Amino acid sequence: MRTVFKTSYDADIDYFRHGMHAFWYLALLLIMIVLPFLMSPFAIGEVTNVLIWSIAGMGIMLLVGQTGQASLGHAAFLAVGCYANVLLQNAGLPFILSFPLAGVIAGLAGVALAIPTTRLHGIYLAIATLAVSILADDLIVVAEPLTGGINGLLAPTIEIFGLPFDRYGTPGRFYWLVLLVTVLVVLAYRNIQRSPLGRSFAAVRDSEISAQAMGVNIARTKAVAFGLSTAITGLAGALMGHFAGIFNNETFTIIISIQLLLMIVIGGLGSIHGAFFGAIIVALLPQTISTLRDGLGDILGTTIRVPGMESAAFGAILILFILFEPMGIYGRWIKIRTYFQLFPFYRKDMFRRQKSYLKTERMR
Amino acid sequence: MSPLLEFRDVTLRFGGVVAVNKVSFSVEEGEVFALVGPNGAGKSTVFNLISRFYEPAEGEIIFAGEDLLRHPPHDIARLGIARTFQNIELFEQATVLQNLLVGRHRHRKTRAWSEVLFTPAAREEERRHREAVEKVIDFLDLQAYREKYIAGLPYGVRKVVEMGRALAIEPRLLLLDEPASGLSVEETQDVAFWVEDIKKQMGVTVLMVEHDMHLVSAVSDRVLALADGKTLALGTPHEVQNHPKVIEAYIGVADESEKVLA
Repeated sequence: MRTVFKTSYDADIDYFRHGMHAFWYLALLLIMIVLPFLMSPFAIGEVTNVLIWSIAGMGIMLLVGQTGQASLGHAAFLAVGCYANVLLQNAGLPFILSFPLAGVIAGLAGVALAIPTTRLHGIYLAIATLAVSILADDLIVVAEPLTGGINGLLAPTIEIFGLPFDRYGTPGRFYWLVLLVTVLVVLAYRNIQRSPLGRSFAAVRDSEISAQAMGVNIARTKAVAFGLSTAITGLAGALMGHFAGIFNNETFTIIISIQLLLMIVIGGLGSIHGAFFGAIIVALLPQTISTLRDGLGDILGTTIRVPGMESAAFGAILILFILFEPMGIYGRWIKIRTYFQLFPFYRKDMFRRQKSYLKTERMR
Repeated sequence: MSPLLEFRDVTLRFGGVVAVNKVSFSVEEGEVFALVGPNGAGKSTVFNLISRFYEPAEGEIIFAGEDLLRHPPHDIARLGIARTFQNIELFEQATVLQNLLVGRHRHRKTRAWSEVLFTPAAREEERRHREAVEKVIDFLDLQAYREKYIAGLPYGVRKVVEMGRALAIEPRLLLLDEPASGLSVEETQDVAFWVEDIKKQMGVTVLMVEHDMHLVSAVSDRVLALADGKTLALGTPHEVQNHPKVIEAYIGVADESEKVLA
């Protein structure tokens, strides 16, 4: 087991706890950077998709995992980001401006939603945000002159300083763009976690009453959490639009909202890793299922068609996680890591939750 | 000199129940002031009134010349009032260090955007918070628990962490809601020493609710006894303990038939 000797307060503030910690993450980044030279364009497209879902996952994680506010409406903010970006691009703005602006617009939309809804808790907040998701779907259809309605919109090619970034034409370059955004969002997320802002989010999540007694303005903190969360989700939406090439109201349905929420539960609530693990499952599951199905079909000599297979598999995975690993994939990963770090002193009950004490004084 | 905290005829009703009934008292700067009384006397309610969780029906609460009733709950810490909770309200899924750092929220000067970018100013600020929290850790001997999650800590340590979080606020007035409840004799003695040090070394005024009369008489300068939301007696611990009304509230009066038997 490693013992880290801390000699300055910076040791608690820095991104990495020790040299090896930094080494592995930089190694991972390096591999991710050279990936387009090692993989087929199709595989790179899949990885790009995983990264886009990860960004969206970090967006909703900030709200649900960090601040403890449920949301079933995040597909609406994917849509806001996506449409805002493409409409701004069509209006003649370069991507380098339209993309951050799309994030800002999605963030403002989130704050606008937060102001009336943050007085709600738990299931009521979930229902209110669910309504937003349904409304967004309808609004896209109604606002046809702007959004193209059910016919949808085409995402124009991204051009940055004359260089084209296209999902099909230049998959490697598009991948690097998405990777850059992913890294920037991860850094921003880490900065939030290690600053007073992130701590006030966690305070609101764990005990609103004592957060208030510590001087945290609950309503404002929730609004900021909503804003940052939906801004990141908006950025993911903008990339998703470009990845899909063409999109309409059905690209961002309520199903996507639910998938986003389930994704971070499977990945592990409250951590950046959780968003990535969840994204890997969600983005790769359809491919895995169809590959398995085709393989099985070849063996049996027939074509297997099971409608709704994807949803069923997804639901089964979710139920298994909630039953056997409520801390998600990341929680399981920590347990395995601790097992080897402490070998042979790992105890099975090390991560068992303590029974919490009576909360008779709750005033909500 | 005007008192640090003053209650003037404060009344709070929950429907038909009068939880606090025309209570008046004042806490002087630099003293340890204890609230005692049987269960349901309104002691914790007084704390929740100061924290602005409850809105009084009548009366005034003045802190350092400020009308507290004109401030929302999240302003109270900024004014310099810190508190602990009877049933421990820590941030469970965070480490001891993070919990204490939330106590520094009052001293936050950076804006949200500079924290997202983590500018050099934000880092400098973070170091300052970290240093202030380290002083609290040293004071309460919490070194062994810095990186531990609250969810896995024993009850006694949680009590201390909560006191530490309140101290990290660097308050002028510290409200301790039953700091010794559920603690062993040794731990209660530690609390007594800490309260002494908080008063003498840090110059913080302490208002405390406590049932352990040994602790109360050991550390407090003045005691206010409450029962059914009404003031019973105010004075030194010795005076209050021997006040006939206080004895009546705790033990009851002997009625005529019992007197004959005695």
